[in-house]
Amino acid sequence: MALEVMARATTPIPLDVAFRVEPGELLALVGHSGSGKTTLLRTIAGLWRPEGARVTVDGTTWLDTVARVDLPTHRRRVGIVFQNYALFPHMTAAQNVMAAMDTADEAEAERILDLVNLHGLADRKPAQLSGGQQQRVAVARALARKPQALLLDEPFSAVDRATRERLYAEIIELRRFLAMPVVLVTHDMNEAQLLADRMVVIEQGRVVREGTTAQVMADPEALRAMGIREVAVMLPAVIAEHGTDGLTRLEAEAGPLFLPAVEGAPGTHVRVRIMAHEVILSRARPEGLSAQNILKGQVTELVTGKGPAVTVHVMVGDHEILARITRRAAEQMALRPGDPVHVILKSMSVARDHVARAPSAARAAE
Amino acid sequence: MDWTALWLSLRLAAWTVVILLPVSVFMGRFLAFRQFRAKGLVEALVMLPLVLPPTVFGFYLLVAFGRNSPVGALWQQTFGHQLVFSFEGLVVASVIFNLPFAIQPAQRGFEAIAVEVREAARCCGMSPLTSLWKVELPLAWPGLMTAMVLTFAHTLGEFGIVLMVGGSIPGETKTIAISIYDKVQGFDDRGAAIMSATLVAISLFTIALTYWLSARVGRRLS
Repeated sequence: MALEVMARATTPIPLDVAFRVEPGELLALVGHSGSGKTTLLRTIAGLWRPEGARVTVDGTTWLDTVARVDLPTHRRRVGIVFQNYALFPHMTAAQNVMAAMDTADEAEAERILDLVNLHGLADRKPAQLSGGQQQRVAVARALARKPQALLLDEPFSAVDRATRERLYAEIIELRRFLAMPVVLVTHDMNEAQLLADRMVVIEQGRVVREGTTAQVMADPEALRAMGIREVAVMLPAVIAEHGTDGLTRLEAEAGPLFLPAVEGAPGTHVRVRIMAHEVILSRARPEGLSAQNILKGQVTELVTGKGPAVTVHVMVGDHEILARITRRAAEQMALRPGDPVHVILKSMSVARDHVARAPSAARAAE
Repeated sequence: MDWTALWLSLRLAAWTVVILLPVSVFMGRFLAFRQFRAKGLVEALVMLPLVLPPTVFGFYLLVAFGRNSPVGALWQQTFGHQLVFSFEGLVVASVIFNLPFAIQPAQRGFEAIAVEVREAARCCGMSPLTSLWKVELPLAWPGLMTAMVLTFAHTLGEFGIVLMVGGSIPGETKTIAISIYDKVQGFDDRGAAIMSATLVAISLFTIALTYWLSARVGRRLS
């Protein structure tokens, strides 16, 4: 019951893309602006028709240019959150949500608004809501449609950083209730890595890399194709204790991690995004160092690209951490696969919005 | 005070508004949302009555609706009287002459609706008709109301085209503006003054009412 999309076009931008999203899966379409990712979303919704395209969902064909099937947008069960939310300005939050229902049901609207943490704001007009609250109404409205596919078009780009962090956490929580395929369009790699299960990287209308988030983010070639240097991995951990000095102690499999105040009660499962260029490697266990986080691991692979850098894959417990170091350093240390090594990470190098709540214990262990 | 003329003017204005309301919704929406090659030409045609002298316009309407024209002949056959120099003829002329006043503000009203909001309506499962009723009309309402008030007030005050197409038949085509002109011609300054003041009062009232109502709509949206 997946969402399958194939689209080919020459105008307004060249496009030749096919992908598939499983039910309950969150796929991120990542690429620069103008790469064609929003056009793909509009194709799914029926707001745009490329020259050649096929969109099927749950075995129903929404669009097939060969078979001349083209269901109008309002007959596709599609929920979409627009970049600027596109709420109906003359309706209250509850009316906005009810507008997407087949038969208006006020109690159901209240329930969905509660689900997106908008309790008590049902009677506000969009203009009386903050950006983050408007985004939540837009999500609630999209869900009220009971969509067979949920589409998110850069839904976090119009809010400030602090709000964005909260919205990330809420979307991750909300995913427990989402059984349909979800497509997120974004240009923000951090966002994609925090939220998505799989990624499709699109450049100039073509798929340059496709795979699980971990696979794509560990592939320096794919990232270079996108002009991105920030190779990073997601390390699962559990919040252990909030220190009085503003640091939170997390327990990862390979040892403790001290990070600047992470939100959440002790026992909460989180995922920490560790940027490869922030990681320092050392053969001997360093002494007298300011860095708070030293994890023991084993080198599995060294990947050399065209540039002066080497990506070192280090297994820390059951998880892989990537370190971008210079080729010269790798040679001086004489690093080989199998070598034991210490991974050093500055506490302050992990930005607040690089820590996200794990979707659930089961998902974090994947 | 020529009550017959005032009543006739009000009836003419009301009919013009009733007929032009759906036209302004359809044409305003069409011109606001669609892009096509001849759009500039269509917009220019709609605006033409605004710049043409009423006499020129009236002359063409006389030719088009006269007894010797196909339209005029058909009308004569069907209804047993001619279209020109009748109330019906006046309504037709008034509708055409008010096109710019009805369509232009309506078009601006529809143009003010963000594309994504219309797309969101479709993604909420609304058919084009439902979307028009539940989303577009409430949002374009200030523009539509301006259109209707301008049409109403402008019809009350129209003179030249009424004289050309309607003549000055009491109870049939003699509007308040024509009646005022007759009073002045007949040296009835007092009658002219009372009727002029009445016209000023009615026009001021309708326009003030729109401003008040659109301010209310503005508050509703924010």
